Amino acid sequence: MAPTEPIAYLDNAATTRVRPEAIAAMIPAMEASYANPSGAHALAREARRAVDDARDVLAEALGCGPGDIVFTAGGTEADNLAVFGVHQRHGGVIVCPATEHHAVLHAVEHCGGRVVGVDSMGVVDLDAFSDALDPSVTLVSVMLANNETGVIHDLDQIAAIVRDRAPGALFHTDAVQAFQWVDVAAAAASADMISLSAHKFGGPKGVGVLAVREGVTLAPQLIGGGQERDRRSGTHNTPGIVGMAAAAAATVRTRTRTVLEVGAMRDRLADGLCATIDGAIETAVGGRDDRPAGGDRGNVDRSNKVAGSCHICVDGVESEALLFLLEEERVYASAASSCASGAQDPSHVLAAMGVSRAMARGSLRLSLGYATTEAEIDHALAVVPEAFARLRAFA
Amino acid sequence: MSRVLVAMSGGVDSSVAAALLQREGHEVVGVTMKLWGGASDTGCCSVSDVDDARRVADALGMDHHVFNFGDDFERWVVGPYVADHQAGRTPNPCIECNRHLKFDRLVRRAEALGFDAVATGHHARIVDDGSGTRFVGRGADRAKDQSYVLHMLDQDQLARLLFPIGAMTKPDVRALAAEAGIRTAAKPDSQDVCFITSTSGRGAFLSDRVELTPGRVVDTAGTEIGRVDAVQLVTIGQRRGIDIGGHPDRRYVVDVDVGAARVTIGPKADLSCESTALVDLAWTAGRVDGDVLAQTSAHGEVAAGAVRGGDLRWSAPHRRVAPGQSVVLYRDDAALGEIVVGGATAA
Repeated sequence: MAPTEPIAYLDNAATTRVRPEAIAAMIPAMEASYANPSGAHALAREARRAVDDARDVLAEALGCGPGDIVFTAGGTEADNLAVFGVHQRHGGVIVCPATEHHAVLHAVEHCGGRVVGVDSMGVVDLDAFSDALDPSVTLVSVMLANNETGVIHDLDQIAAIVRDRAPGALFHTDAVQAFQWVDVAAAAASADMISLSAHKFGGPKGVGVLAVREGVTLAPQLIGGGQERDRRSGTHNTPGIVGMAAAAAATVRTRTRTVLEVGAMRDRLADGLCATIDGAIETAVGGRDDRPAGGDRGNVDRSNKVAGSCHICVDGVESEALLFLLEEERVYASAASSCASGAQDPSHVLAAMGVSRAMARGSLRLSLGYATTEAEIDHALAVVPEAFARLRAFA
Repeated sequence: MSRVLVAMSGGVDSSVAAALLQREGHEVVGVTMKLWGGASDTGCCSVSDVDDARRVADALGMDHHVFNFGDDFERWVVGPYVADHQAGRTPNPCIECNRHLKFDRLVRRAEALGFDAVATGHHARIVDDGSGTRFVGRGADRAKDQSYVLHMLDQDQLARLLFPIGAMTKPDVRALAAEAGIRTAAKPDSQDVCFITSTSGRGAFLSDRVELTPGRVVDTAGTEIGRVDAVQLVTIGQRRGIDIGGHPDRRYVVDVDVGAARVTIGPKADLSCESTALVDLAWTAGRVDGDVLAQTSAHGEVAAGAVRGGDLRWSAPHRRVAPGQSVVLYRDDAALGEIVVGGATAA
């Protein structure tokens, strides 16, 4: 059996290793604070305090009030709650870009909403977006950072168009991929609702947040005991919530340094791969795109992407085969999103950006995280070009 | 020991194939091809079939991967399947899937990934004539024999293929699976075309993609005696499903002309032919002169004939083979058993 311990774990956009701070916080939440936070006795109040302490941490991190925080079972539930919750309460038309995560995109399509195209850099086409808005629109959902390409949206710019063209519409952002890298409290200050998922920033799986600013009303999608101010029923996942808060606090505390350090590693990785892989095109980067031999990539501008994202496409190579070879070298990465069977599906994000199917078939997403080390980058640089070369030889 | 990629459909045959290779000491990796994203109830790539394959691989302690060949499946199997019906031919999509997906796309990828061989759970054998030339031979379980759908394999492919259960009967395969604790031991055999659901059928599938045209049913004298809803769904030799009112003798479809929207029916005698024109004739190991045995459907009877030029001359009058169907040529070599020597498509 192949060894499974990675030498280079470069799939942090899929999920991150749980931070030690989160694990340390979760164990007492299971061993001691095990009571139901909605209960009346002292032990319940202790659990309630742990949940509310976590609520304060998330509110601070997202720039909203503690009462705005709705704990969910993850990013998908948060996105679904925003889209379906608004649609059921307010009706009307929902608008989103074609590059949204499926948790938003499929929900919007399910509600018969409008999907707007993006440009070749993965940014929503502002003219088409403006045209898609009118007073019938009740919700606009635009992700802060894209899960495949790492491209960041300027939400203030988008919010201004929403206020102008559809003043009654609510504005939601899926910040699931952004939180590790971006000060979401500042970047999403203009949003009425913000989705987060703990496991993308060192928290556990199965827990997330929808921040719902005061005054925003939506129909609950889970009905029962009336927890979370009737916005999301269900007994609180105390260990998950506590672990998420610990991870969020650690993320915010170290974010500036992490962005600098990981950003430099990402640049080294991307520059190195583009210099050594024949025909490699780095996705959605600005600046000069001609790559002279020798790897001089000084003019490449990646300021439009999160620091952990390295995404390249190579014509004539198949991602699936590439990932297989990389796994043998214990480099764990991904291409696009995975479907239910575990097969790689063609990327709807790259298609929306106008990347040809042939190029998109050869996409590779290497996503770095807070725990990524220089040694992992060294290993990736040593084996990834070789894997491409091998597949090229058999193409 | 060699490194073998085993194609696992999630069924018992390929599960046992994987287990046998592992017992022989090979380094085995399982793969399931994801071919079809639409509705499927008997296919080899539904999520539950992939789950079965993955869990069998887990239990055997081997790695398992999923390869998405959906684009290729559409291009080489589904698209031509639809086009053939539009042209009045009767395609065999399983053969095209073997030709283009399993034994081309998958075998080439396995080579690129450094595998020495690809194995499948087909009931067939690879036999060597002693001089290094390989042939596909009948599976030991004649009722389950799949050599018919493997007729396209050439020497290069046969050199890197393994059919580990070809020498076993189906009951033996199931017994081995049960004894080894393989969870698919009692899973029913897959049937029919994987991308067509048993609930809505071929007509519904085709009508989603092309316009099906109603047609006239005429007798061999050209007199109209009935109608059909979709001339594209009619096959030569068909008897059921054609409404021609009461007729004293059994009548069969003897001709289908999609362009003219006309189905001709006649007595059984009109279905007989002396020869069948062959196109895309391919030999397993070079042209075979003289007599052959020919099989014209997956589990059909074998009849004697001889290849002359581009035709197969039947030794005795033979029921006509629908255009698009495969004609697989065998020889009963005493030493090698009954082996495939070539295959072609009926013109």
